[in-house]
Amino acid sequence: MAADTTVYKEIEGKGGDYFSLIGWLGVMILAALYAVYNMEHHGHVVTGMTNAVVWGTPHVLAIFLIVAASGALNVASISSVFGRTHYKPLSRISALTAVALLAGGLMVLVLDLGRPDRLIVAMTYYNFKSIFAWNIILYNGFFVIVLAYLWMMMERRMNPHSKKIGMMAFLWRLILTTGTGSIFGFLVARPGYDAAIMAPLFIAMSFAFGLAFFIIMISVSYKASDRPLGDFILFKMRNLLGVFIAAVLYFTAVQHLTNLYAAEHAGIEAFILWDGGIYTFLFWVVQIGLGSLIPLAILFNPASGRSCQGIMTAAGLVIIGGIAQLYVIIIGGQAFPLQLFPGMEVSSSFFDGAVHSYAPSHWEVMLGLGGIAAAILIIVIAVKYLPLLPTSLSDAKIDPHHKVK
Amino acid sequence: MTDKSMNSVDKARRNLLKGGAAAAVVTLAPGVTLQTVQAAVTGPATSAKRWGMLVDANAPEGVWDLAVEACKAEQGWGKTENVNQATDPQWIRKVSIKDPKTGAKATLPVMCQHCAKPPCVDVCPTGASMKRADGIVLVDKHICIGCRFCMMACPYSCRSFVHEDVRGQKPHMPRGKGTVEACTMCVHRVDKGQKPACVDAVNAAGSNAIIFGDLNDPNSDIARAVSKFVTQRIRSDLGVEPGIHYRGI
Ligand code: SF4
Repeated sequence: MAADTTVYKEIEGKGGDYFSLIGWLGVMILAALYAVYNMEHHGHVVTGMTNAVVWGTPHVLAIFLIVAASGALNVASISSVFGRTHYKPLSRISALTAVALLAGGLMVLVLDLGRPDRLIVAMTYYNFKSIFAWNIILYNGFFVIVLAYLWMMMERRMNPHSKKIGMMAFLWRLILTTGTGSIFGFLVARPGYDAAIMAPLFIAMSFAFGLAFFIIMISVSYKASDRPLGDFILFKMRNLLGVFIAAVLYFTAVQHLTNLYAAEHAGIEAFILWDGGIYTFLFWVVQIGLGSLIPLAILFNPASGRSCQGIMTAAGLVIIGGIAQLYVIIIGGQAFPLQLFPGMEVSSSFFDGAVHSYAPSHWEVMLGLGGIAAAILIIVIAVKYLPLLPTSLSDAKIDPHHKVK
Repeated sequence: MTDKSMNSVDKARRNLLKGGAAAAVVTLAPGVTLQTVQAAVTGPATSAKRWGMLVDANAPEGVWDLAVEACKAEQGWGKTENVNQATDPQWIRKVSIKDPKTGAKATLPVMCQHCAKPPCVDVCPTGASMKRADGIVLVDKHICIGCRFCMMACPYSCRSFVHEDVRGQKPHMPRGKGTVEACTMCVHRVDKGQKPACVDAVNAAGSNAIIFGDLNDPNSDIARAVSKFVTQRIRSDLGVEPGIHYRGI
């Protein structure tokens, strides 16, 4: 491996654009905190949630961020674990993005608790049988490992060790995403969730969502800071994104086909795929169409696949499709009634046997978007004060021998 | 209230949850209570016992309304002045079922099934969801963080999240906005040697539609009944082994 000659430099971060971006992000975070105040003061009665749909929009966006976080680390892993040196210059920002997305996601998750003031309880009382408790440990560990990894990459003396910890970070993130997927996989009573396929599905989703976010972030920050971003690295990431989208499609197909095969899951499958109203729409139109097939078409179209705009559009659609996918999994899975008496017509004052309605309240949306804003804010501030972004990602810099075809 | 007295209240409540003691409450001023700890009449919770119920789904429908109202009155839930009735907790509910093929109908009460292998306890990150040695499943409201994972895990939709301020709390049953709650099998009464409120209400109306007792004691009414009639447990295929048995479904 040739010596790393990449020059990393803080961005200027002086212009009006930079400060107005910070301002807007700040406003979004304040709005989220105001929403939390209302949810805590009045209780969750001001949200769209009920006793049947207990995890709502904040969970969708929080889990999106957490899943994307581990995926964003991929670029660093590909270079340090799999030795693809052309990704090396992006390793630092990849690690930082992972930390920022996780922080944003956890912020939403914690603030949506019924008792966020008891966070210290969550940190001190552990039920080790609970996959949730394991996740708390996995998330904390992820911060520690990835920050150590970042430091070792940035501190010249520690560089030789960065490969080892990079490997560790990679393994940790696989476990972490498995853990996040297993939150659903362990719910035996919910026909929409109890499938072993959830863990690999979530890993594929994390690859796709994390990379999509990463592509947009890199493109925007290089454009905004007037630094060269060559086609070589961009097209590499484009190809990878295409593979990840296909992988998510594959696991989604397996998820539904295996469920269709199991008779007891026929009800939930018909609900999601056929007559579930908003969930069916989100599944076919937003997740599959807008979020998977159209991005694939854009990425592999000879014209749009070679333009930065085209690739960014595809990445943006992957994010929208990903949020829809999580909405279908998380909320669709709860909206479908639990089968207490299979084969019977059931009714009660507690809405047994009925499809549960859920509509997000503006408070929940504000809280969720606040988490995304917090993640972006961390990145925007970090790149100003830390040498994370290479001064150039031009083709000549990344791979002098390569000719883009 | 000082920290110290708060602590002793907490301790008393926790002891109650563990089944080691019953708490007596003296109201000093509105909202300020003093609790003293007494040994439970029945002694500490032990795995020698397995509290359970047998519900007769063929009983006339009206008795279930009595059971639901008795639970509300005893535990202090179901206040009609709440902002949104649709998100109100329901510790016990009357469920109507109909077989679409035969047209046969039944109504039966569904409350926390007090599983021997409760999924809600397995998933709870803090251990707030717990099962006493005698099989009663409870939430320790002092360490519940309101994550609602237990509600996701419960196969019976038997848990409720307190969506708004609680009104008319009962001293023996602390409740709190932002935490999860469910039927406690009237643990505060059982520990004093009494029956759960719903069972008493049904019995008082001259019905034996719910039998309560120790499934481990071969001489108890419930143990004799479950050995005599074929009983069912809801979704027994899930293997969670509920403590609530049903006849006639
Ligand atoms: S809501 Fe409370 S009782 Fe339920 S799993 Fe979370 S912490 Fe445990």
